[in-house]
Amino acid sequence: MSPPKPEPRPTPETQTFWDGCANGELRLQHCGACDRYYFPPRPFCTRCLSDEVEWRPVSGRGVLHTYLINHRAAPGFEEEAPYAIAVVELEEGPRMMSNIVGIENTPENLVLDMPLEVTFEERGSVMLPLFRPAAPTGVRA
Amino acid sequence: MSPASVKGAVAIVGAAETTELGVIPNLSEIQLHADAARNAMADCGVGVADIDGVACAANPVGVAHYLGITPTYIDGTSVGGCSFMLHVRHAAAALASGMCEMVLVTHGQSGRSRVGAGGRGGDGASLQGQFEAPYGPTGPPTMFPIGVLRYMKEFGLTHEQLASVAVVQRQWAMGNPRAMMRDPITVDDVLSSRVIAYPIHLLECCLVTDGGGALVLTTAERARDMDLARPPVYVVGTGESSETPMVSQMEDFTTSRAFRVSGAKAFAEAGITAADVDHLMIYDAFAHLPIYGLEDLGFVGRGEAGPFIEEGNTAPGGKLPLNTNGGGLSYTHTGMYGMFAIQESVRQLRGVAPAQVEGVELSVAHGVGGMFAASGTLVLTNRKP
Ligand SMILES: [Zn+2]
Repeated sequence: MSPPKPEPRPTPETQTFWDGCANGELRLQHCGACDRYYFPPRPFCTRCLSDEVEWRPVSGRGVLHTYLINHRAAPGFEEEAPYAIAVVELEEGPRMMSNIVGIENTPENLVLDMPLEVTFEERGSVMLPLFRPAAPTGVRA
Repeated sequence: MSPASVKGAVAIVGAAETTELGVIPNLSEIQLHADAARNAMADCGVGVADIDGVACAANPVGVAHYLGITPTYIDGTSVGGCSFMLHVRHAAAALASGMCEMVLVTHGQSGRSRVGAGGRGGDGASLQGQFEAPYGPTGPPTMFPIGVLRYMKEFGLTHEQLASVAVVQRQWAMGNPRAMMRDPITVDDVLSSRVIAYPIHLLECCLVTDGGGALVLTTAERARDMDLARPPVYVVGTGESSETPMVSQMEDFTTSRAFRVSGAKAFAEAGITAADVDHLMIYDAFAHLPIYGLEDLGFVGRGEAGPFIEEGNTAPGGKLPLNTNGGGLSYTHTGMYGMFAIQESVRQLRGVAPAQVEGVELSVAHGVGGMFAASGTLVLTNRKP
Protein backbone atom coordinates (compact mmCIF):
# COMPACT_ATOMS: atom_id res chain seq x y z
CA MET A 1 0.00 0.00 0.00
CA SER A 2 1.42 3.37 -0.93
CA PRO A 3 1.58 6.11 1.71
CA PRO A 4 -1.30 8.61 1.75
CA LYS A 5 -1.10 11.91 -0.11
CA PRO A 6 -0.27 14.97 2.02
CA GLU A 7 -3.33 16.17 3.86
CA PRO A 8 -4.17 19.78 4.72
CA ARG A 9 -4.86 20.48 8.37
CA PRO A 10 -7.31 23.42 8.71
CA THR A 11 -6.63 26.15 11.26
CA PRO A 12 -9.20 28.50 12.85
CA GLU A 13 -8.42 31.08 10.16
CA THR A 14 -8.90 28.69 7.24
CA GLN A 15 -11.73 26.48 8.56
CA THR A 16 -14.45 28.32 6.60
CA PHE A 17 -12.57 27.69 3.36
CA TRP A 18 -12.45 23.96 4.05
CA ASP A 19 -16.08 23.90 5.23
CA GLY A 20 -16.99 25.36 1.85
CA CYS A 21 -15.02 22.69 0.03
CA ALA A 22 -16.83 20.00 2.06
CA ASN A 23 -20.08 21.46 0.65
CA GLY A 24 -18.74 21.48 -2.91
CA GLU A 25 -18.32 25.24 -2.81
CA LEU A 26 -15.17 27.28 -3.38
CA ARG A 27 -15.11 30.28 -1.02
CA LEU A 28 -12.85 33.31 -0.93
CA GLN A 29 -12.66 36.24 1.43
CA HIS A 30 -13.75 39.63 0.12
CA CYS A 31 -12.75 43.02 1.54
CA GLY A 32 -15.60 45.53 1.44
CA ALA A 33 -13.30 48.54 1.76
CA CYS A 34 -11.12 47.53 -1.19
CA ASP A 35 -13.83 45.62 -3.07
CA ARG A 36 -11.43 42.80 -3.79
CA TYR A 37 -10.96 39.11 -3.11
CA TYR A 38 -7.78 37.66 -1.68
CA PHE A 39 -6.16 34.28 -0.97
CA PRO A 40 -4.85 32.42 1.04
CA PRO A 41 -7.25 32.98 3.94
CA ARG A 42 -6.49 35.53 6.66
CA PRO A 43 -8.95 37.27 9.00
CA PHE A 44 -7.99 40.69 7.62
CA CYS A 45 -7.52 42.30 4.21
CA THR A 46 -3.95 41.97 2.98
CA ARG A 47 -4.06 45.40 1.36
CA CYS A 48 -5.80 47.69 3.91
CA LEU A 49 -5.65 45.50 7.06
CA SER A 50 -9.40 45.95 7.54
CA ASP A 51 -11.25 43.29 9.55
CA GLU A 52 -14.38 44.02 7.51
CA VAL A 53 -13.99 40.98 5.33
CA GLU A 54 -16.55 38.35 4.48
CA TRP A 55 -16.52 34.86 3.04
CA ARG A 56 -18.26 34.57 -0.31
CA PRO A 57 -18.89 31.60 -2.56
CA VAL A 58 -17.12 32.19 -5.87
CA SER A 59 -17.64 30.87 -9.39
CA GLY A 60 -15.00 28.14 -9.31
CA ARG A 61 -13.99 29.22 -12.81
CA GLY A 62 -10.48 30.28 -13.73
CA VAL A 63 -7.64 29.92 -16.21
CA LEU A 64 -4.38 28.00 -16.22
CA HIS A 65 -1.83 30.68 -15.33
CA THR A 66 1.35 28.59 -15.16
CA TYR A 67 2.47 25.07 -14.27
CA LEU A 68 5.18 22.47 -14.36
CA ILE A 69 4.92 18.73 -14.80
CA ASN A 70 6.42 16.84 -11.87
CA HIS A 71 8.23 13.64 -12.80
CA ARG A 72 9.23 12.88 -9.20
CA ALA A 73 6.06 11.55 -7.60
CA ALA A 74 5.22 12.68 -4.09
CA PRO A 75 3.99 10.04 -1.61
CA GLY A 76 0.61 8.80 -2.80
CA PHE A 77 1.05 10.27 -6.30
CA GLU A 78 2.95 7.27 -7.73
CA GLU A 79 0.12 6.23 -10.04
CA GLU A 80 -0.34 9.71 -11.47
CA ALA A 81 3.23 10.74 -12.27
CA PRO A 82 4.10 12.69 -14.25
CA TYR A 83 1.48 15.18 -13.13
CA ALA A 84 1.06 18.93 -13.37
CA ILE A 85 1.42 21.25 -10.40
CA ALA A 86 -0.44 24.30 -11.59
CA VAL A 87 -1.30 27.83 -10.60
CA VAL A 88 -4.91 28.67 -11.43
CA GLU A 89 -5.99 32.28 -11.77
CA LEU A 90 -9.55 32.48 -10.50
CA GLU A 91 -12.15 34.61 -12.25
CA GLU A 92 -12.32 36.75 -9.07
CA GLY A 93 -8.58 37.54 -9.22
CA PRO A 94 -6.66 35.46 -6.67
CA ARG A 95 -4.42 32.61 -7.76
CA MET A 96 -4.07 29.22 -6.12
CA MET A 97 -1.97 26.14 -6.59
CA SER A 98 -3.81 23.03 -7.73
CA ASN A 99 -3.72 19.90 -9.85
CA ILE A 100 -5.43 19.49 -13.23
CA VAL A 101 -7.69 16.46 -13.58
CA GLY A 102 -9.85 15.06 -16.37
CA ILE A 103 -7.15 15.45 -19.01
CA GLU A 104 -3.80 13.78 -19.57
CA ASN A 105 -1.18 16.15 -18.14
CA THR A 106 1.04 16.75 -21.17
CA PRO A 107 2.56 20.01 -22.45
CA GLU A 108 0.38 19.67 -25.56
CA ASN A 109 -2.85 19.33 -23.59
CA LEU A 110 -2.09 21.98 -21.00
CA VAL A 111 -2.12 25.32 -22.75
CA LEU A 112 -1.59 28.45 -20.70
CA ASP A 113 -4.73 30.51 -20.15
CA MET A 114 -7.07 27.60 -20.97
CA PRO A 115 -10.36 27.80 -19.03
CA LEU A 116 -10.75 25.57 -15.98
CA GLU A 117 -13.43 24.83 -13.40
CA VAL A 118 -13.18 23.58 -9.85
CA THR A 119 -13.94 20.07 -8.70
CA PHE A 120 -13.31 18.44 -5.34
CA GLU A 121 -11.49 15.29 -4.26
CA GLU A 122 -11.59 13.59 -0.90
CA ARG A 123 -8.28 13.94 0.89
CA GLY A 124 -8.34 12.46 4.38
CA SER A 125 -10.76 14.53 6.42
CA VAL A 126 -11.09 17.38 3.91
CA MET A 127 -12.28 17.90 0.34
CA LEU A 128 -9.46 19.33 -1.76
CA PRO A 129 -10.17 21.76 -4.62
CA LEU A 130 -8.80 20.56 -7.97
CA PHE A 131 -9.45 21.89 -11.47
CA ARG A 132 -10.54 20.33 -14.76
CA PRO A 133 -10.92 21.76 -18.25
CA ALA A 134 -14.07 23.87 -18.30
CA ALA A 135 -17.02 22.60 -20.29
CA PRO A 136 -17.51 24.76 -23.39
CA THR A 137 -20.00 27.57 -22.80
CA GLY A 138 -23.58 26.49 -23.28
CA VAL A 139 -22.77 22.79 -23.10
CA ARG A 140 -23.65 20.81 -20.00
CA ALA A 141 -20.91 18.55 -18.71
CA MET B 1 19.35 63.36 9.14
CA SER B 2 20.55 61.77 5.96
CA PRO B 3 19.85 58.06 5.41
CA ALA B 4 22.32 55.82 7.20
CA SER B 5 24.82 54.06 5.01
CA VAL B 6 27.60 51.65 5.70
CA LYS B 7 29.13 52.33 2.29
CA GLY B 8 32.81 51.50 2.46
CA ALA B 9 32.86 51.45 6.28
CA VAL B 10 33.31 47.70 6.48
CA ALA B 11 35.53 45.13 4.79
CA ILE B 12 35.70 41.40 4.33
CA VAL B 13 39.21 40.54 5.54
CA GLY B 14 38.98 36.78 5.74
CA ALA B 15 37.26 34.42 3.33
CA ALA B 16 37.54 30.69 2.81
CA GLU B 17 35.57 27.58 2.01
CA THR B 18 35.81 24.17 3.64
CA THR B 19 39.07 22.35 2.89
CA GLU B 20 37.15 19.70 0.96
CA LEU B 21 34.10 20.35 -1.16
CA GLY B 22 31.53 18.10 -2.80
CA VAL B 23 31.23 14.73 -1.03
CA ILE B 24 32.39 14.87 2.61
CA PRO B 25 30.87 11.90 4.47
CA ASN B 26 33.40 12.17 7.32
CA LEU B 27 32.34 15.62 8.60
CA SER B 28 29.14 16.63 10.36
CA GLU B 29 27.42 19.93 9.65
CA ILE B 30 28.77 21.70 12.72
CA GLN B 31 32.29 20.59 11.80
CA LEU B 32 31.81 21.96 8.26
CA HIS B 33 31.02 25.34 9.89
CA ALA B 34 34.11 25.04 12.04
CA ASP B 35 36.43 23.91 9.24
CA ALA B 36 35.39 26.87 7.07
CA ALA B 37 35.61 29.25 10.05
CA ARG B 38 39.14 28.19 10.96
CA ASN B 39 40.21 28.52 7.33
CA ALA B 40 38.73 32.04 7.13
CA MET B 41 40.35 33.09 10.42
CA ALA B 42 43.71 31.72 9.24
CA ASP B 43 43.22 33.58 5.96
CA CYS B 44 43.33 36.91 7.81
CA GLY B 45 45.49 35.91 10.78
CA VAL B 46 42.95 36.31 13.57
CA GLY B 47 42.08 34.05 16.48
CA VAL B 48 38.97 33.18 18.40
CA ALA B 49 39.62 35.98 20.91
CA ASP B 50 39.42 38.56 18.10
CA ILE B 51 35.91 37.51 17.07
CA ASP B 52 33.04 39.13 18.97
CA GLY B 53 30.22 38.62 16.49
CA VAL B 54 28.80 35.41 15.01
CA ALA B 55 26.29 34.92 12.23
CA CYS B 56 24.96 31.84 10.51
CA ALA B 57 21.72 30.49 9.10
CA ALA B 58 21.75 27.44 11.36
CA ASN B 59 22.41 28.02 15.06
CA PRO B 60 24.88 30.84 15.78
CA VAL B 61 24.91 29.98 19.48
CA GLY B 62 25.96 26.46 18.60
CA VAL B 63 28.69 27.67 16.27
CA ALA B 64 29.98 30.17 18.85
CA HIS B 65 30.15 27.48 21.53
CA TYR B 66 31.75 24.93 19.20
CA LEU B 67 34.50 27.41 18.31
CA GLY B 68 34.88 28.88 21.81
CA ILE B 69 33.69 32.37 20.92
CA THR B 70 32.04 34.73 23.43
CA PRO B 71 29.90 36.87 21.13
CA THR B 72 28.44 40.31 21.80
CA TYR B 73 26.63 40.22 18.45
CA ILE B 74 24.54 37.27 17.24
CA ASP B 75 22.65 37.00 13.95
CA GLY B 76 20.66 33.86 13.21
CA THR B 77 18.87 35.21 10.16
CA SER B 78 17.69 32.17 8.24
CA VAL B 79 15.77 32.99 5.09
CA GLY B 80 17.25 30.34 2.82
CA GLY B 81 20.26 30.40 0.53
CA CYS B 82 20.68 34.18 0.50
CA SER B 83 20.96 34.37 4.30
CA PHE B 84 24.70 35.03 4.04
CA MET B 85 24.15 38.21 2.01
CA LEU B 86 21.88 39.35 4.83
CA HIS B 87 24.47 38.34 7.43
CA VAL B 88 27.06 40.51 5.70
CA ARG B 89 24.59 43.38 5.48
CA HIS B 90 23.63 43.15 9.15
CA ALA B 91 27.26 42.73 10.20
CA ALA B 92 28.18 45.84 8.23
CA ALA B 93 25.57 47.85 10.10
CA ALA B 94 26.63 46.39 13.45
CA LEU B 95 30.32 47.04 12.81
CA ALA B 96 29.73 50.55 11.51
CA SER B 97 27.69 51.42 14.59
CA GLY B 98 30.23 49.96 17.01
CA MET B 99 28.09 47.08 18.29
CA CYS B 100 31.02 44.76 17.73
CA GLU B 101 34.49 44.75 16.17
CA MET B 102 34.87 41.56 14.18
CA VAL B 103 32.14 39.30 12.86
CA LEU B 104 32.46 35.70 11.73
CA VAL B 105 29.85 34.51 9.22
CA THR B 106 29.77 30.74 8.75
CA HIS B 107 28.05 28.16 6.59
CA GLY B 108 28.25 24.39 6.75
CA GLN B 109 25.84 21.95 5.21
CA SER B 110 25.92 18.23 4.74
CA GLY B 111 23.39 18.49 1.95
CA ARG B 112 24.52 15.32 0.20
CA SER B 113 25.82 13.02 2.94
CA ARG B 114 23.33 14.28 5.59
CA VAL B 115 25.79 13.84 8.47
CA GLY B 116 24.47 15.60 11.55
CA ALA B 117 22.02 17.48 9.35
CA GLY B 118 18.77 19.00 10.53
CA GLY B 119 15.44 17.47 9.62
CA ARG B 120 13.15 18.71 6.88
CA GLY B 121 9.62 18.09 8.04
CA GLY B 122 6.44 19.65 6.71
CA ASP B 123 3.52 20.96 8.71
CA GLY B 124 0.09 20.28 7.31
CA ALA B 125 -1.36 23.23 9.21
CA SER B 126 0.97 25.86 7.71
CA LEU B 127 -0.33 27.80 4.71
CA GLN B 128 2.07 25.83 2.50
CA GLY B 129 0.86 22.62 4.12
CA GLN B 130 -2.75 23.46 3.36
CA PHE B 131 -2.52 25.16 -0.02
CA GLU B 132 0.61 23.81 -1.77
CA ALA B 133 1.82 20.48 -0.36
CA PRO B 134 -1.47 18.63 -1.10
CA TYR B 135 -0.81 19.08 -4.83
CA GLY B 136 2.24 16.84 -4.79
CA PRO B 137 5.43 18.88 -5.03
CA THR B 138 8.60 16.99 -4.13
CA GLY B 139 11.06 19.68 -3.14
CA PRO B 140 12.32 22.81 -4.89
CA PRO B 141 12.90 21.23 -8.35
CA THR B 142 9.15 20.64 -8.61
CA MET B 143 8.09 24.05 -7.28
CA PHE B 144 10.72 26.71 -7.95
CA PRO B 145 10.48 26.59 -11.79
CA ILE B 146 6.68 26.87 -11.77
CA GLY B 147 6.78 30.30 -13.42
CA VAL B 148 9.05 29.31 -16.31
CA LEU B 149 6.26 28.40 -18.74
CA ARG B 150 4.57 31.74 -18.03
CA TYR B 151 7.88 33.51 -18.67
CA MET B 152 8.27 31.56 -21.93
CA LYS B 153 4.80 32.57 -23.07
CA GLU B 154 5.26 36.25 -22.14
CA PHE B 155 8.74 36.72 -23.59
CA GLY B 156 9.36 33.92 -26.07
CA LEU B 157 12.20 32.33 -24.11
CA THR B 158 13.12 29.07 -25.85
CA HIS B 159 14.04 25.74 -24.31
CA GLU B 160 17.42 26.08 -26.03
CA GLN B 161 18.07 29.47 -24.41
CA LEU B 162 17.20 28.08 -21.00
CA ALA B 163 19.54 25.14 -21.61
CA SER B 164 22.32 27.52 -22.65
CA VAL B 165 22.47 28.81 -19.06
CA ALA B 166 23.75 25.40 -17.96
CA VAL B 167 26.09 25.12 -20.96
CA VAL B 168 27.76 28.48 -20.30
CA GLN B 169 28.21 27.81 -16.60
CA ARG B 170 29.83 24.49 -17.39
CA GLN B 171 32.32 26.43 -19.52
CA TRP B 172 33.29 28.40 -16.41
CA ALA B 173 33.44 25.22 -14.28
CA MET B 174 35.85 23.64 -16.76
CA GLY B 175 38.40 26.21 -15.57
CA ASN B 176 37.82 25.42 -11.90
CA PRO B 177 39.46 22.28 -10.44
CA ARG B 178 37.23 22.42 -7.34
CA ALA B 179 34.04 22.32 -9.43
CA MET B 180 32.11 19.08 -9.13
CA MET B 181 31.08 18.94 -12.82
CA ARG B 182 33.78 19.80 -15.35
CA ASP B 183 33.00 17.89 -18.56
CA PRO B 184 31.84 20.10 -21.43
CA ILE B 185 28.13 19.89 -22.29
CA THR B 186 26.00 21.06 -25.21
CA VAL B 187 22.46 22.39 -25.45
CA ASP B 188 21.46 18.98 -26.82
CA ASP B 189 23.00 17.27 -23.79
CA VAL B 190 20.93 19.46 -21.51
CA LEU B 191 17.69 18.97 -23.42
CA SER B 192 18.20 15.20 -23.64
CA SER B 193 18.90 14.86 -19.92
CA ARG B 194 16.10 13.48 -17.78
CA VAL B 195 13.02 15.67 -17.30
CA ILE B 196 12.71 16.48 -13.60
CA ALA B 197 9.78 18.89 -13.78
CA TYR B 198 8.85 19.97 -17.29
CA PRO B 199 10.22 22.28 -18.64
CA ILE B 200 13.24 21.68 -16.36
CA HIS B 201 15.80 18.95 -17.12
CA LEU B 202 18.33 17.38 -14.78
CA LEU B 203 21.20 19.52 -16.10
CA GLU B 204 19.16 22.66 -15.43
CA CYS B 205 18.99 21.77 -11.71
CA CYS B 206 21.66 22.55 -9.13
CA LEU B 207 23.93 19.92 -7.63
CA VAL B 208 23.51 18.48 -4.15
CA THR B 209 26.80 18.60 -2.27
CA ASP B 210 28.51 18.91 1.11
CA GLY B 211 30.61 21.91 2.06
CA GLY B 212 30.80 25.27 3.72
CA GLY B 213 32.39 28.67 3.76
CA ALA B 214 33.12 31.49 6.17
CA LEU B 215 33.85 35.20 6.16
CA VAL B 216 35.53 37.52 8.65
CA LEU B 217 34.37 41.13 8.58
CA THR B 218 35.65 44.18 10.39
CA THR B 219 35.68 47.94 9.98
CA ALA B 220 37.63 49.38 7.06
CA GLU B 221 39.67 51.31 9.61
CA ARG B 222 40.69 48.19 11.50
CA ALA B 223 41.34 46.37 8.23
CA ARG B 224 43.94 48.99 7.31
CA ASP B 225 45.86 48.23 10.52
CA MET B 226 45.81 44.47 10.06
CA ASP B 227 48.69 42.56 8.56
CA LEU B 228 46.69 40.94 5.77
CA ALA B 229 48.10 38.52 3.22
CA ARG B 230 45.41 39.65 0.77
CA PRO B 231 43.86 43.09 0.43
CA PRO B 232 40.46 43.78 2.05
CA VAL B 233 37.28 43.58 0.01
CA TYR B 234 35.05 46.53 0.87
CA VAL B 235 31.28 46.34 1.26
CA VAL B 236 29.90 49.37 -0.59
CA GLY B 237 26.27 48.47 -1.14
CA THR B 238 23.81 46.04 0.39
CA GLY B 239 20.16 45.15 0.01
CA GLU B 240 17.64 42.62 1.22
CA SER B 241 13.94 41.94 0.78
CA SER B 242 11.29 39.25 0.74
CA GLU B 243 8.10 38.48 -1.12
CA THR B 244 6.22 35.30 -0.18
CA PRO B 245 7.07 31.91 1.30
CA MET B 246 4.49 30.42 -1.10
CA VAL B 247 5.77 30.36 -4.67
CA SER B 248 2.17 30.04 -5.87
CA GLN B 249 1.46 33.51 -4.46
CA MET B 250 4.17 35.45 -6.35
CA GLU B 251 2.81 38.73 -7.68
CA ASP B 252 4.23 38.06 -11.15
CA PHE B 253 5.68 34.73 -12.23
CA THR B 254 8.08 36.37 -14.69
CA THR B 255 9.96 38.55 -12.20
CA SER B 256 10.97 38.51 -8.54
CA ARG B 257 9.85 41.46 -6.43
CA ALA B 258 12.43 40.53 -3.78
CA PHE B 259 15.19 40.61 -6.44
CA ARG B 260 14.12 44.02 -7.69
CA VAL B 261 13.86 45.62 -4.26
CA SER B 262 17.06 44.12 -2.86
CA GLY B 263 19.09 44.84 -5.99
CA ALA B 264 17.91 48.44 -6.32
CA LYS B 265 18.68 49.11 -2.65
CA ALA B 266 22.23 47.78 -2.97
CA PHE B 267 22.98 49.58 -6.23
CA ALA B 268 21.62 52.87 -4.88
CA GLU B 269 23.73 52.67 -1.73
CA ALA B 270 26.83 51.90 -3.78
CA GLY B 271 25.96 54.67 -6.23
CA ILE B 272 26.37 52.37 -9.21
CA THR B 273 24.43 51.15 -12.20
CA ALA B 274 24.60 47.75 -13.85
CA ALA B 275 27.05 49.17 -16.40
CA ASP B 276 29.64 49.71 -13.64
CA VAL B 277 29.73 46.03 -12.64
CA ASP B 278 32.80 44.01 -13.73
CA HIS B 279 31.76 40.64 -12.36
CA LEU B 280 28.45 39.15 -11.30
CA MET B 281 27.23 36.22 -9.26
CA ILE B 282 23.52 35.31 -9.41
CA TYR B 283 22.45 32.39 -7.23
CA ASP B 284 21.50 29.65 -9.70
CA ALA B 285 19.49 26.96 -7.98
CA PHE B 286 17.91 26.37 -11.39
CA ALA B 287 18.69 27.59 -14.90
CA HIS B 288 15.96 30.23 -14.92
CA LEU B 289 17.41 32.16 -11.98
CA PRO B 290 20.23 33.92 -13.84
CA ILE B 291 17.61 34.96 -16.41
CA TYR B 292 15.36 36.50 -13.77
CA GLY B 293 18.36 38.01 -11.96
CA LEU B 294 19.87 39.68 -15.02
CA GLU B 295 16.55 41.39 -15.73
CA ASP B 296 15.51 42.19 -12.17
CA LEU B 297 18.88 43.77 -11.36
CA GLY B 298 18.75 45.84 -14.55
CA PHE B 299 21.60 44.28 -16.53
CA VAL B 300 19.28 43.71 -19.50
CA GLY B 301 15.72 44.63 -20.36
CA ARG B 302 12.67 42.44 -19.76
CA GLY B 303 12.72 39.35 -21.94
CA GLU B 304 16.31 39.94 -23.09
CA ALA B 305 18.23 37.69 -20.70
CA GLY B 306 17.71 34.41 -22.58
CA PRO B 307 19.19 35.68 -25.86
CA PHE B 308 21.88 37.59 -23.88
CA ILE B 309 23.16 34.36 -22.31
CA GLU B 310 22.69 32.27 -25.46
CA GLU B 311 24.84 34.76 -27.40
CA GLY B 312 27.75 34.20 -25.00
CA ASN B 313 27.77 37.54 -23.20
CA THR B 314 28.14 35.84 -19.80
CA ALA B 315 30.56 33.12 -20.93
CA PRO B 316 34.36 33.14 -20.52
CA GLY B 317 35.57 36.06 -22.66
CA GLY B 318 32.10 37.65 -22.66
CA LYS B 319 31.39 41.22 -21.62
CA LEU B 320 29.62 40.29 -18.36
CA PRO B 321 31.33 37.37 -16.57
CA LEU B 322 28.56 35.61 -14.63
CA ASN B 323 28.78 32.73 -12.13
CA THR B 324 32.48 32.27 -12.82
CA ASN B 325 32.93 29.40 -10.35
CA GLY B 326 30.47 27.31 -12.38
CA GLY B 327 27.61 28.17 -10.06
CA GLY B 328 25.17 25.95 -8.26
CA LEU B 329 24.66 24.09 -11.53
CA SER B 330 28.29 22.97 -11.91
CA TYR B 331 30.47 24.11 -8.97
CA THR B 332 28.69 23.16 -5.75
CA HIS B 333 25.31 23.50 -4.06
CA THR B 334 24.97 22.38 -0.45
CA GLY B 335 21.38 23.52 -0.15
CA MET B 336 22.15 27.12 0.80
CA TYR B 337 24.57 28.29 -1.88
CA GLY B 338 24.76 32.04 -1.21
CA MET B 339 27.99 31.74 0.79
CA PHE B 340 29.75 30.26 -2.25
CA ALA B 341 28.61 33.12 -4.48
CA ILE B 342 30.16 35.60 -2.02
CA GLN B 343 33.36 33.52 -1.82
CA GLU B 344 33.72 33.69 -5.62
CA SER B 345 33.15 37.45 -5.65
CA VAL B 346 35.90 37.81 -3.03
CA ARG B 347 38.27 35.55 -5.00
CA GLN B 348 37.69 37.52 -8.20
CA LEU B 349 38.30 40.83 -6.37
CA ARG B 350 41.48 39.40 -4.82
CA GLY B 351 42.63 38.14 -8.20
CA VAL B 352 42.90 34.53 -7.02
CA ALA B 353 39.91 32.83 -8.67
CA PRO B 354 40.63 29.61 -10.59
CA ALA B 355 38.90 31.11 -13.64
CA GLN B 356 40.13 34.64 -12.97
CA VAL B 357 38.67 37.52 -14.97
CA GLU B 358 41.07 40.36 -15.82
CA GLY B 359 40.75 43.60 -13.87
CA VAL B 360 37.74 42.96 -11.65
CA GLU B 361 37.22 45.97 -9.36
CA LEU B 362 33.47 45.83 -8.73
CA SER B 363 31.57 42.61 -8.13
CA VAL B 364 27.93 41.94 -7.27
CA ALA B 365 26.81 38.83 -5.40
CA HIS B 366 23.05 38.34 -5.55
CA GLY B 367 21.22 35.62 -3.68
CA VAL B 368 17.82 34.04 -3.48
CA GLY B 369 16.20 32.52 -0.40
CA GLY B 370 13.57 29.84 -0.68
CA MET B 371 11.71 29.93 -4.00
CA PHE B 372 11.84 33.66 -4.79
CA ALA B 373 10.82 34.05 -1.13
CA ALA B 374 13.70 36.29 -0.08
CA SER B 375 16.73 37.99 -1.57
CA GLY B 376 20.01 39.62 -0.59
CA THR B 377 22.45 41.64 -2.69
CA LEU B 378 26.05 42.71 -2.01
CA VAL B 379 28.12 45.21 -3.98
CA LEU B 380 31.81 44.57 -3.25
CA THR B 381 34.98 46.31 -4.40
CA ASN B 382 38.75 46.10 -3.98
CA ARG B 383 39.09 49.88 -4.42
CA LYS B 384 39.90 51.71 -1.19
CA PRO B 385 36.90 53.83 -0.18
ZN1 LIG C 1 -9.02 45.96 1.98
